[in-house]
Amino acid sequence: MLSFIIRRILALIPTVFGISVLVFFMIHLVPGDPAEMMLGERASEQALKEVREQLGLDKPLHVQYGRFLSRLAQGDLGRALRTNEKITTEIAERFPATVELSIAAMIFAVTLGMLAGIMSATRQYSVFDYSSMVLSLVGVSMPIFWLGLVLMIIFSVHLGWLPLSGRLSYHIHIEPITGLYILDSLLTRNWPALKDAVWHIIMPAFTLSTIPMAIIARITRSSMLEVLRQDYIRTAKAKGLSPRVVHYKHALKNALIPVITVIGLQFGILLGGAILTETIFAWPGIGLWLLNAVYARDFNAVQGGTMLIATTFVTINMLVDILYAWINPRIKVS
Amino acid sequence: MTAAAQTLPNSQPAPANDGLEKSRSPLVEALLRLRKNKTAMVGLAIISLFLVMALFAPWLAPHDPIEQSLYSKLKPPVWDAKGTWDHILGTDDFGRDLLSRIIYGARISMVVGVVSVSISLFFGTIAGALAGFYGGKIDNVIMRFMDLLLAFPSILLAIVIVAFLGPSLRNAMIAIGVVSIPRYARLVRGSVLEEYAKDYVQAARALGARDSRLIFLHILPNCLAPLIVQTTLGFASAILEAAALSFLGLGAQPPTPEWGAMLANGRALILRAWWAVTFPGLMILFSVLGFNLLGDGLRDALDPRLRE
Amino acid sequence: MTKLLEVQNLKTYFFTDRGVAKAVDDVSFSLDTGKTLCVVGESGCGKSVTALSIMRLIPEPPGRIVGGRILFEGTDLVALPESRMRSIRGNKISMIFQEPMTSLNPVFRVGDQIAEVLELHENMKKADAMDRAVELLRMVGIPSPESRVRDYPHQMSGGMRQRVMIAMALACNPKLIIADEPTTALDVTIQAQILELMEELSRTTGTAILLITHDLGVVAETAEHVVVMYAGRVVEEAPVRELFHDPLHPYTRGLMRSIPSMSEDDKTRLEVIPGVVPSLLALPVGCKFNDRCRHAFDRCLAEEPPLTTPKEGHSVRCWLFH
Repeated sequence: MLSFIIRRILALIPTVFGISVLVFFMIHLVPGDPAEMMLGERASEQALKEVREQLGLDKPLHVQYGRFLSRLAQGDLGRALRTNEKITTEIAERFPATVELSIAAMIFAVTLGMLAGIMSATRQYSVFDYSSMVLSLVGVSMPIFWLGLVLMIIFSVHLGWLPLSGRLSYHIHIEPITGLYILDSLLTRNWPALKDAVWHIIMPAFTLSTIPMAIIARITRSSMLEVLRQDYIRTAKAKGLSPRVVHYKHALKNALIPVITVIGLQFGILLGGAILTETIFAWPGIGLWLLNAVYARDFNAVQGGTMLIATTFVTINMLVDILYAWINPRIKVS
Repeated sequence: MTAAAQTLPNSQPAPANDGLEKSRSPLVEALLRLRKNKTAMVGLAIISLFLVMALFAPWLAPHDPIEQSLYSKLKPPVWDAKGTWDHILGTDDFGRDLLSRIIYGARISMVVGVVSVSISLFFGTIAGALAGFYGGKIDNVIMRFMDLLLAFPSILLAIVIVAFLGPSLRNAMIAIGVVSIPRYARLVRGSVLEEYAKDYVQAARALGARDSRLIFLHILPNCLAPLIVQTTLGFASAILEAAALSFLGLGAQPPTPEWGAMLANGRALILRAWWAVTFPGLMILFSVLGFNLLGDGLRDALDPRLRE
Repeated sequence: MTKLLEVQNLKTYFFTDRGVAKAVDDVSFSLDTGKTLCVVGESGCGKSVTALSIMRLIPEPPGRIVGGRILFEGTDLVALPESRMRSIRGNKISMIFQEPMTSLNPVFRVGDQIAEVLELHENMKKADAMDRAVELLRMVGIPSPESRVRDYPHQMSGGMRQRVMIAMALACNPKLIIADEPTTALDVTIQAQILELMEELSRTTGTAILLITHDLGVVAETAEHVVVMYAGRVVEEAPVRELFHDPLHPYTRGLMRSIPSMSEDDKTRLEVIPGVVPSLLALPVGCKFNDRCRHAFDRCLAEEPPLTTPKEGHSVRCWLFH
């Protein structure tokens, strides 16, 4: 098991290297001059030259890439052109918001999705089964940027139950420990802040969870149905176990194996979806930050942010692989 | 190996079923199964509706989709007390007729689907076929690159590409097309590897068929089924992603009546005009749902391995 | 004295889109405490459905027990509520299945799977149950059971897994073990070992065995009494020695002749019964065997024969013996 984990971690290195090549050249090879993009078409030649020199754009590409890579190895992503702040600092400030939103969305997606999938499979062809499967197809087809707006209209504008956007009301203050507001307010026993943070996260988290939830429900159902046909389920029934034990102990642990892989893959959708969700709900995370960098043509920040999100994504995929091996004893031997 | 097989009489063993069913070609079989598949038929109905809207937009739309009118700004739909039959689904803040814009939007979304899917289908098939057919170094280089593209959440990659090509509907279609190439490449490569090992390919090879002929005439037609399914589902994700890019201001630009762009405009109106948000979104949802339903049904009907 | 198991006029039907399949139609037999009964027949004759009916494990829908009684120690299992049935399954009646490779849950250790039955029915603590699991594994002849108890199923061979299944079946000292083709999926040498083990355990623990098989060789080695089934019906029933000595039903005779024999002269050709088991959805009128029987005459085509007893303790369903 340990050697498997080490091998998986080592396999990450060429991937991250590949990502860096792709990100760098995608941004530097596309037609157009980054300096001109930054300053606009009417910038003076002198100003353009200065910017090019400042960014090292006058050097040959491979020299530029070498510099980018050596900085990257030291964990330095350069400075954002808009603010002249270190990109790592800017990302570090916003990362917890995205993490908190993603975790909350994943909790929604996994609990509701798996529950719907299991209940559908154990009641195959029932009304519940049909309606939850139709709903899940609607879910995978959902434009979440629209769903977010509709939820806002219903729950904020008309009913006034939930705050329209943002992460916290302006008068609330939370002592930062982890940067995750819900966790921090729990740790500091700041109950009003906890309530405020939870109220703010419900809509964006639910919006972000829609597609993963639907996918998880579908895969859980089909995986459970497949497992329920197996011989060992008949054995479990022949032991005199109750349906609850047969379904939730004997079947679920087997059905979980493909489900976990799919859950892992959902993080990619989540990271992508976070860009849309954060935009709609003005959630101050990486997605919103990256999009603003795109709007501002801050190619340094886009490069750094993309690098980081892609690396996070492949790292999560690696962790899922390891978890998969851990839960499936048949893999351990090989 | 001898030529013994050629001397055998060309007799097909009769099918072992009870003689009621005549043997039909696999294609006919698949179409028959498809017709019985409710999911696929509902999907097809939805798609047809959108196709009609797209093809006959100028005749169906009551107004010019980009014509502004200061006198009829933010009119609610007809069933609202303040609504009028002139603007059945109401108007936006420029006084443009929502129904007309939605109908023209179908045009754009269908074009987006066709263009982006064609890009990914074309390059993905070629890349996958080359990788699967030649194997070795070529396979390695192509597939490592595809893995790399898959290391990015697709919408992120599309955003980055559009950001540096410049925001426009054309670039959004290119970006979405590029982002989905790996899905097709992987699929085709897998099928080619599977088919390549089979006897008929080896036989054609022995008869001296050229590589290109082998790939396009012998191998590819045999991996058509999963490709059709993927293409259908690809339409769904292309429409969805294009709408997302336009919503973010990176795709279709105003005043183009694109559903995502309409939502971006409607976003500022959520306190005043729910209809400007609701209807374009429903269009996106239903068109994407239509293709997903059809894709699901096709998978059941075309892929015998997945049938019970 | 009441019999341990009495199956009376059992009818188990499957309701499918294409019609009703009468998988078990009016089947009766009985089994005494500590004895071994074999149910023989080709695949699709309803023997497995009979076994699953006794366990009340027929997948429902499409299957359902539509008639008859299954008396176990005098109680009718058919009428029992599901919760009472659960306290019998794995406890007083346990079952061994055909496929040892797939009948154990791949994600739990074999020890845990055995212990689970003990925790459920004997209210044992986890630790005690594990000790007993080791003991059971030793009993079924698994070497170094102390370490094997921590194995996952994939770490064991097919024969070993079937031993685990037997250990699991024996865990609560059942009155009856139903073994559905327990050796079919195993190598020939392993088959003999497993049969021997079951026989020995039956003798020492006093457990009755209902052995379902298509293999007359297995029948000859293990059974005391034999029931031959065809197309969901009992066609012949006799003590094992009597049946092998004087098979009456043409189907049984056909089965006998299709066993390869080493001892007799090689000139006797191995025979096969012509045709295949008819589809349960399209059974012939009259005797269900008439389309494959070389003795069939006009009455066989018109009317189904009843089960009669031409000899003491030997019954048969055939017009030839009427």
